[in-house]
Amino acid sequence: MNGGFSSLRSEAAGAMRTVLVSAESLQLTLKPELTQEEQALTHATGGKARETLKAGNEDLKEMLESNKESLKLEAMKRIVQLISKGKNASDLFPAVVKNVASKNIELKKLVYVYLVRYAEEQQDLALLSISTFQRALKDPNQFIRASALRVLSSIRVPIIVPIMMLAIKEAASDLSPYVRKTSAHAIQKLYSLDADQKEHLIEVIEKLLKDKSTLVAGSVVVAFEEVCPDRIDLIHRNYRKLCNLLVDVEEWGQVVIINMLTRYARTQFTSPWKEDGIFDESEKAFYDSDSEEKQGQREAKPYIMDPDHRLLLRNTKPLLQSRNTAVVMAVAQLYWHLAPKHEVSIVTKSLVRLLRSHREVQYVVLQNIATMSIQRKGMFEPYMKSFYVRSTDATHIKTLKLEILTNLANEANISTILRGFQTYVKSQDKAFAAATIQAIGRCATNISEVTDTCLNGLVLLLSNRDETVVAESVVVIKKLLQTQPTQHCDIIKHMAKLFDNITVPMARASILWLMGEYCERVPKIAPDVLRKMAKTFTSEEDIVKLQTVNLAAKLYLTNSKQTKLLTQYILNLGKYDQNYDIRDRTRFIRQLIVPSEKSGALNKYARRILLASKPAPVLESAFKDRDRFQLGTLSHSLNIKTTGYQELSDWPATAPDPSVRNVEVIEPVQEWAPSLGKAKKPKSDKFYSDDEEDEKEEEGSGSGSEDDSSSSSSSSSSSGGSSEESGSASEEESSGDSEKTSSDSGKSSSGSEVSSSESESKQKKKKLTKKATPRKSKQTAADSDSDENGNGPVGKTSSSSAESSSDSESDSEEDSDSDSPAPQKKTVAKTKPKVEVKSKKEVSLLDLDDFSPAPPSAPKSSVFSSSLLSDLEGLSLSNVSSAMQVTSSSFGPVKTYELLHHMTGKGLSAKYHFPRQPCLYQPSMVAVQVILTNSSDHSLEEIHIGDRSPGSLNVHCFNTVERLEPGASVSVSMGIDFSDSTQAANFQLCTKEDQFSVSIQPAVGELLMPSTMKEPDFCSEQKKLMGMNETSATITMATANTSKQNISKQVLSVANVGVVSSDQNNLQRFSGRTVSSGALVLVTLELRESSTALLTINTEKTVMASMLLRDLKQALSQA
Amino acid sequence: MINSLFLISHSGDIFLEKHWKSVISRSVCDYFLEAKEKAGDPENVAPVLQTPHHYLISIYRGKLFFLSVTQTEVPPLFVIEFLHRVADTFQDYFGDCSEVVIKENTVTVYELLEEMLDNGFPLATESNVLKEMIRPPTILRSVVNTLTGGSNVGGTLPTGQLSNVPWRRAGVKYTNNEAYFDVIEEIDAILDKSGTTVFAEIQGVVEACVKLTGMPDLTLSFMNPRLLDDVSFHPCVRFKRWESERVLSFIPPDGNFRLMSYHVSSQNLVAIPVYVKQNISFLETGSCGRLDITIGPKQTMGKSVENLTVTIPMPKSVLSVNLTATQGTYTFDLTTKVVLWDVGKLNPQKLPNLRGSISIQTGSPKPEENPSINIGLQIQQLAISGLKVSRLDMYGEKYKPFKGVKYVTKAGKFQVRT
Repeated sequence: MNGGFSSLRSEAAGAMRTVLVSAESLQLTLKPELTQEEQALTHATGGKARETLKAGNEDLKEMLESNKESLKLEAMKRIVQLISKGKNASDLFPAVVKNVASKNIELKKLVYVYLVRYAEEQQDLALLSISTFQRALKDPNQFIRASALRVLSSIRVPIIVPIMMLAIKEAASDLSPYVRKTSAHAIQKLYSLDADQKEHLIEVIEKLLKDKSTLVAGSVVVAFEEVCPDRIDLIHRNYRKLCNLLVDVEEWGQVVIINMLTRYARTQFTSPWKEDGIFDESEKAFYDSDSEEKQGQREAKPYIMDPDHRLLLRNTKPLLQSRNTAVVMAVAQLYWHLAPKHEVSIVTKSLVRLLRSHREVQYVVLQNIATMSIQRKGMFEPYMKSFYVRSTDATHIKTLKLEILTNLANEANISTILRGFQTYVKSQDKAFAAATIQAIGRCATNISEVTDTCLNGLVLLLSNRDETVVAESVVVIKKLLQTQPTQHCDIIKHMAKLFDNITVPMARASILWLMGEYCERVPKIAPDVLRKMAKTFTSEEDIVKLQTVNLAAKLYLTNSKQTKLLTQYILNLGKYDQNYDIRDRTRFIRQLIVPSEKSGALNKYARRILLASKPAPVLESAFKDRDRFQLGTLSHSLNIKTTGYQELSDWPATAPDPSVRNVEVIEPVQEWAPSLGKAKKPKSDKFYSDDEEDEKEEEGSGSGSEDDSSSSSSSSSSSGGSSEESGSASEEESSGDSEKTSSDSGKSSSGSEVSSSESESKQKKKKLTKKATPRKSKQTAADSDSDENGNGPVGKTSSSSAESSSDSESDSEEDSDSDSPAPQKKTVAKTKPKVEVKSKKEVSLLDLDDFSPAPPSAPKSSVFSSSLLSDLEGLSLSNVSSAMQVTSSSFGPVKTYELLHHMTGKGLSAKYHFPRQPCLYQPSMVAVQVILTNSSDHSLEEIHIGDRSPGSLNVHCFNTVERLEPGASVSVSMGIDFSDSTQAANFQLCTKEDQFSVSIQPAVGELLMPSTMKEPDFCSEQKKLMGMNETSATITMATANTSKQNISKQVLSVANVGVVSSDQNNLQRFSGRTVSSGALVLVTLELRESSTALLTINTEKTVMASMLLRDLKQALSQA
Repeated sequence: MINSLFLISHSGDIFLEKHWKSVISRSVCDYFLEAKEKAGDPENVAPVLQTPHHYLISIYRGKLFFLSVTQTEVPPLFVIEFLHRVADTFQDYFGDCSEVVIKENTVTVYELLEEMLDNGFPLATESNVLKEMIRPPTILRSVVNTLTGGSNVGGTLPTGQLSNVPWRRAGVKYTNNEAYFDVIEEIDAILDKSGTTVFAEIQGVVEACVKLTGMPDLTLSFMNPRLLDDVSFHPCVRFKRWESERVLSFIPPDGNFRLMSYHVSSQNLVAIPVYVKQNISFLETGSCGRLDITIGPKQTMGKSVENLTVTIPMPKSVLSVNLTATQGTYTFDLTTKVVLWDVGKLNPQKLPNLRGSISIQTGSPKPEENPSINIGLQIQQLAISGLKVSRLDMYGEKYKPFKGVKYVTKAGKFQVRT
């Protein structure tokens, strides 16, 4: 690299020398020219000079030579006008180029315009300006630097390639992101000028790809796509960054980045489509979309989406709301090509919205919808009305809408669609009317119920006055009849009657073909038609003549008695026809059908050849195979492979190593340490956790000088404080604007009441992360993934390491949601699999640890595996993932209890369940998730928790729900300290108008939280809790429950405890602590013969023990 | 990406060309002109065309074709969107986007195009960024410039380019701080012969005119945001905030801009403000026909209907019309065969009526399809969907701005089939 650079430098120096030399010589040659011109000017009279074009240019030259800025400017303006009209002004080059160093910005800009336009033609002269640009490249004003680079790189003169290369390299590390952006553009220019520089340019691209500025991201991806689209490996390490930055990139950059990432994702992730709907319910429930990882584990049957794959989908979704139609389309195609089938339909609404945009936008969007609607009717069916044709639409828009309507047609809506078609057929736009008839034909073949109706309708159209309509109908009828020829003799007869009035050749030919093909069904009419044709044969169009010959031949074979003479006559006419095709055909037919000594064996088969039953034509959409092109591309629009089109690859069968996307991780979760103590953390803190991460990332990039320790400390300090709040509310406005930020913080807290389920779950993830921190010391040891750090390029600048650290923060969070269930599995499975699913996971995790370049989940898993407790929290975390209900199926249902019935609640209904996660507000509290639903017809306001009876339990209320619309529901979480008793928590649920007394009564199992321990620890603890602290009973289990797996399932459904891995086959152990006082609760189940078991519970809380015993007994004895 | 741009007039005259990469001869436009010839109506020219070596992507705006040439794969919408942005910028700078105006301001246009694209990739498309670099021409400024030799081109990088709010420039100052919002709704509808609604929906936009000092942070909330089914925002709007709280929170650009556009959810029944009683018939013989149209108010929420216009594109065989209008005036364009009836304000007491006879070219058959009637109207101070702005708050600045909200309902593509 170093060597390459220095050689480049010397090359550049050499080039510079030549430039200067040639410049010098040119200056010398210029001088006499100028004096001549001056003389000419003094001699010429001004008025006359303007008369001819040449003189006009002389005039301009004179102005350019003058000392007055304003005259020069005026001259340049006129020159630019000439250029804009496409007139040649290249002879002014010497005069113009001298002004390149002008102080006047506008003049300078215009000179730039001129230079770029003509430099290629006047290479020698263009070199004169180079030194000016080189000087400008060092200018303190970033704008000047950038525009100098822009022009320098636009001058297409091969000799300055080394200079350009040097300038690009320097600009790529410029402090100003704007200059760096320009350098990304310059890369493409240089590449198109000299493709040999590719290797050097890729180095620069690689460097710029690492840039954290949103300004640069779009441009460098364009350069990447142009120079080295196949170097997908350059993207790996920037993938997550690009995903996270995407929202803040300018709109044009978003389009190219999304398109590039689509291509990238298709090479890196496995298909989310294959197993849709095949997998077994309960398993799916357990991992669901949020708890992903575990690629390529075949025995773990369900498809698990790579977290990076999910990241991309999640981060592009908000862009569907962009005002830029290209961005919306880009996201739509991304979802189409990457998202699981059931998620694709979220793009529908946005695509339909684009239909209200300009005509050209409609055109492209409709094309794409047409392609989509072939495969996925359901996506667009609800929006069918948006595709109704208006008489004011342009013809191509109408045709496309028609196409889509036809694609959407099914048994249910066909009548509506056909009614619409009836109107369209009458349209004054005949091309459109014809297209409608074809569409009717397609509907008729696709939907058998309406075939007859359509056919009748089309027959009616045969009497239409307009020729194109009739012709089109005939053609379509012909196709339809072919699919079911038996029943429709009368239609053929009818068409025969119309034959005389139809003049369009294609239609006549179609009728003749029909006659011939089905001549046996209309034995009387066909010969008559042939007779008529014989009369007019000579004046027909070629295509009609061919079909006449055809008809004659077929009739000759079936009904030679009546038609022999006619056929001979027609064949004779054909023999001397002017068109050789017809002569050929005639000769062929004659040999085929008329037996003679010359005709060979074919003669015998003539009948079988001519009257073979033909396959019916398939009427299908013109957009049928368009999806071989990536949607939204030019190739798709034109239905050809355009230059530079990059194929979308098929999904790989197994995903490539996901660890390549990792960036160095520097002690993840460290920054959460201080926040552990904060028991009461305002909810709003966590609302936009994503953004906040993003923002931190930006902060890091904005102040490049910050080293990584300071950036991580800054983020840690902000994690709990109000500054974070503000950041979370406003993603756009990051660091710079303190004033605004402070104002925001107020708002965001006010706005925090409404909680989406997503944010809810995120909250939980955070908590998890927090919990993990106290065991950091251990974790860091486990986390010593030196290989990860080693992955980085050697000479990273401080800014980039800061970036990586902030990256890791965001990653850590990203990962935590996905990986959390995994570690838990691992510990559980360490000795012996208790639960089937767990055992599966175990394998991969151990593998992961063994791998030296850790896959994305590895750092995480090591963090958690260090602590058994946190592992178990991981378990509970998986329960609160978005698929709450489904999750339950593997761990017993998460029971939902009614808090308030909607009848008593005047429309407000409330349900609650225990999410089994550590409570956010206080460690001694039990988290309760309340789902409020408004089933009234008016919106409810200010839902909050009112008075609690004095002396009752300590309750942490949820924030007031400002407003709940009819039909809407919101889920809020609260914390209750039950003090380890099953005493109900009574409080009032209030709306603006009403108050309702409600109570939450916990099951005893919910008052626990899992505690993890090793088997020896368990035994020693158990020994301490003997005697009166032990409660036991012999229970009879339902036969269904005898398997170990089912037992633990049942136990876990009743009590929030953790499984203790054991190598004794007949013993199952569970341990937990009470939430409030932290007393140990140990459950042992000793299996005996014939489905009996000894259930023992050891705990200080004897009351709880007996209650728990009762509950467990009940659960296990039930099937 | 975009290689070259040609501006082509309605008649096919190429009056401006600009190249961002190497020069492409203007003969490439011949393919386009050929397609245009074939299509007849300029509206019918396909926006994406293919030539042996280039791809042509064009838009048609203000009787002008913006034709861009590209050599490689590029998302067509990317180019189309950009071209429209160019046209919008011209509109913004010169108040109009027509051949005459562009020819008058060629130099500014050229400077703009130079800044908007670099190597065919958009560089600066935000109007306020551009305005800092190239100031829009005004008479006063051009006078001053000729006297002082000043220029219209800025020498420093616009602040917007680097900030996180590229749509707003720094250091905005006003003596009167004001923020006005127009909620404009359009009814798109197709009514059939009998007056039943085949299809109706409401599209709305919130146009803003914000002239506020400093860096204000605004929050606009609606009484009934539930109405909004599908929205798209100016990049300044914080999407997360909208998702969670249904309020528009944003740092506004300076001046006029479109804050959001929305679609009213289709569950809500759309109120159709007027009804049309019509009878257009062509007689089988005698080459003539009759026309009788009456318009009355239907669901106007007590507001008066203004600027009522009726447009009827007659079949091509119609020669002339002889009509009388009880209110307003009508014109018949002989070349396009369009009857335009400008009614004005709808008076519920005395319903406007247009009736008379139509004469058709002798010999030509009776038109098959009755022309459809297009209605234009405006209702002030009413958003037909019922959308209401509840409040506008400003944070971040100390002063108190003037605030105002205006509602207008218009007819969009409002068509009555006959």
